[in-house]
Amino acid sequence: MTILCAGINHRDAALEIRERFAIGNHELKETLNNLQAIEGLSGAVVVSTCNRVELYASSINPTPVMDAIRRFLKSRTSGLEAPFYTEDSLPSVKHLFRVASGLDSMVVGETEILGQLKQAYSAAAQHGATNTHLNKLFQHAFRVAKQVRTETSITRGATSVGSVAVDLAGKIFGDLGGRKVMILGAGDTSERVARSLVTRGVRTVIVANRTFDRAGALADQIGGLAVHFEHWHTAFDEVDILICSTAAPHPIVTREKLEPILRRHSERPLFIIDLAVPRDVEASVNELENVYLYDIDSIEEIARQSLNIRQAEIARCEVLIDTHVANFMHWMRNHPNPSR
Amino acid sequence: MQKLLLIASTLILLCNLAYTLYRLGSGRVRPGRSNLGALGAAFILLSADLWLRGQVQRSCPINSLFDVMIFMAWSTTLIYLLVGSAYRLSLLGAFTTPLVLLLLLTAEFAPIDRSPSIRAMREPWIEFHASLSLIAYGAFALAGLAGAMYLLQDRQLKKRKGGMLLYNLPPITDLGVANTRLICLGLILLTIAFAAGFLSGMQVNTIKFWTSATIWLAYALIIVLRQVHTLAPRRTATLSLAALVFILITLPTIQHFSTPK
Repeated sequence: MTILCAGINHRDAALEIRERFAIGNHELKETLNNLQAIEGLSGAVVVSTCNRVELYASSINPTPVMDAIRRFLKSRTSGLEAPFYTEDSLPSVKHLFRVASGLDSMVVGETEILGQLKQAYSAAAQHGATNTHLNKLFQHAFRVAKQVRTETSITRGATSVGSVAVDLAGKIFGDLGGRKVMILGAGDTSERVARSLVTRGVRTVIVANRTFDRAGALADQIGGLAVHFEHWHTAFDEVDILICSTAAPHPIVTREKLEPILRRHSERPLFIIDLAVPRDVEASVNELENVYLYDIDSIEEIARQSLNIRQAEIARCEVLIDTHVANFMHWMRNHPNPSR
Repeated sequence: MQKLLLIASTLILLCNLAYTLYRLGSGRVRPGRSNLGALGAAFILLSADLWLRGQVQRSCPINSLFDVMIFMAWSTTLIYLLVGSAYRLSLLGAFTTPLVLLLLLTAEFAPIDRSPSIRAMREPWIEFHASLSLIAYGAFALAGLAGAMYLLQDRQLKKRKGGMLLYNLPPITDLGVANTRLICLGLILLTIAFAAGFLSGMQVNTIKFWTSATIWLAYALIIVLRQVHTLAPRRTATLSLAALVFILITLPTIQHFSTPK
């Protein structure tokens, strides 16, 4: 029995190409039926995400089956050739284990791919498209991913401005449910950060922008409230997180302005994310008790640190994966016959 | 047998401390389970030791400074297992282990009084007063450790550098809440203990009385000022840490003046 793998991912092709290979949920059943109709193919799992479209199959006649898969993919994409095919078990197994562990992802160590793999496997299994070898392979891949995550720091830290902000907010407030956010200056990055915070349970978002219409539009989009820019400090009393990204040439949040507001702040911490250049918040504000000020440089530095840590962990992950690949190949040698 | 139990619990905690430092030093995942396991095992061994010594002394084994150190190590571990794990504060175990170890090592190796000398302890109210006071000190110890963690996390957040400690320490708001609640718990227990001492009609040395009263007043003042929002969480954390140091320094004095001459 041989494990085969074919497909396309973010390393090989741009989004415009990848989307032509994409297999939507509504096409999955038909795709699996077509693959199962290939003579000699014992089982198949289709993984289709925004970064990859990959087919994993098992067969005792790998070469003709791979040719058929190649023809099938070409027919779906009006002649486009998928860039990678592996007819040997070893590279296919290793590739799947790396994918499951997040090593093959665009952001190394991201964990969403594991859920997507589980969904893909579950859909194939429900459709009766998997066999013993693929069942064993995917179960093993999920175990590898879990071990890699728990025994290395590959998933540690946040790697984007939005996720660093959410992580820091978590380290200040714990549960973000019920917290109140104010956006000063409705820029793209501040919008993204606010959206990230909303997905983590933030209760209220207040938007203040020099152009009130823009504030209103953003507030509508994220379910918040718009206030006139000149009145931002009057709406500030219960704010827990302040995101600043105005185009003002001088700091608009100064220590002098903030101190009287903080006296009414009832000891709650205040997390300020200053994404503006030049900065909107006076640096000395960070010296105030219970105030934590992060500018764009410090947030990007934290994101860089996390990426460096993840990169440094890759070698350790590869060692773990190689051990599991060897174990799985040993099992394959002892179970050469196909079975459902 | 008692000595073996103490050595075993000390060794378990030493190994756990070394493992924790190794895990944190190498940037690996946080050592939460190992701390809980080690402190759980130490608690069982210390409980067995206290029970055996209680059988020998025919009273609660807090009749010498050696006994008091072991009992406080036990009560700190008890409060960690009961309260600390309920708050699910990561790394609280990593901070509790060195304090419990310090108490155990001081008991085992420091030149302190080991002979059970307070015969007056047979009075149940006095035993209740003394043992509950030490359990209250265990809660204050945990409050001090939560305070230390608060100050460390505050420093990490102010530095704006990210790093392993920032990610492994609990949220600063949770640490502030735990700090205040542990002080409250300790204060309630200490108040009950003092009431029991008063009911027993025991004779108290003036120095012991004022040292204990200072501790009670300090914690009561912290709680009152917290309630009226005069004391910020950072200052509460600093004061609870300072109070813990005061307790550790004055514990031998209190014990010395508890001994009937």
